[in-house]
Amino acid sequence: MAFSRWAAPLFGGLAVLLAITGLWLGFTAPEDYQQGDTVRIMFIHVPAAWLSMFAYICLGIASFLSLVFRHALADAAAKSAAPLGAGFTALALVTGSLWGRPMWGTWWVWDARLTSVLVLFLFYLAYMALRSALDDETKAARACAILALVGLVNLPVVHWSVNWWNSLHQGVTVFAKGGPKMAPVFLVPLLLMVLAYMAAFGALWLVRIRGEVWRRRADAALSRLART
Amino acid sequence: MLDLDFGKYEGFIWAAYGISALVFVLLTVASLRFSAHWKRQAEQLKAQEDARS
Repeated sequence: MAFSRWAAPLFGGLAVLLAITGLWLGFTAPEDYQQGDTVRIMFIHVPAAWLSMFAYICLGIASFLSLVFRHALADAAAKSAAPLGAGFTALALVTGSLWGRPMWGTWWVWDARLTSVLVLFLFYLAYMALRSALDDETKAARACAILALVGLVNLPVVHWSVNWWNSLHQGVTVFAKGGPKMAPVFLVPLLLMVLAYMAAFGALWLVRIRGEVWRRRADAALSRLART
Repeated sequence: MLDLDFGKYEGFIWAAYGISALVFVLLTVASLRFSAHWKRQAEQLKAQEDARS
């Protein structure tokens, strides 16, 4: 709690500064020779897509710690990551669709990358639905942790889907062999926006974990009051 | 140079940025409200406990 008191505003401030810089560089960058101005959607689409997976990795690690060590804070961290991850995944799908319509000529295709990201979104929704369906906190923590760990299988599929199958979605660009296949004028604002999204996720995650800890304290106090 | 005229792609670009901003605002407000609500509840219940004991 003491850590999050100063770290959450720090991450939040950092996210705003990085986003302002990234957006300025992104909007002052020249048009891409193929994508035209729609390249500017990449500066918000790619960070959202990366964060959708990063948030799920955090959810998976916290769920593993919760399942193995029965640590209440790990469970609170897992529970708190889910709505944020769902938000980033929804953003990745929507902004990707808004880029796909002018570039591919369609809002959606049942392509391996798009479908696996949709499955990721469904895992987040299933996690949250299962949480709210079970009243018993201990049972909910265990069931949701198992579900989260099962969902981890989907992450390599999301990442390597563009290599494993013929995909309309472009291949690996930033982490390509031999270095990024992207001009620095686009790469710098993109990476700044990724850092901004990560800092924002860090800030919001800490705020939600704090809230979850307070909720559990309130529940415990209510139980004690009911007994006396 | 800053040029916010995106021609025929304008609708797609501003929609993407608008939706992203909206989601960030919603996530931030929801997270802060959630945390503040439960902090207030926990402190009130603690005060009640202290008053009883």
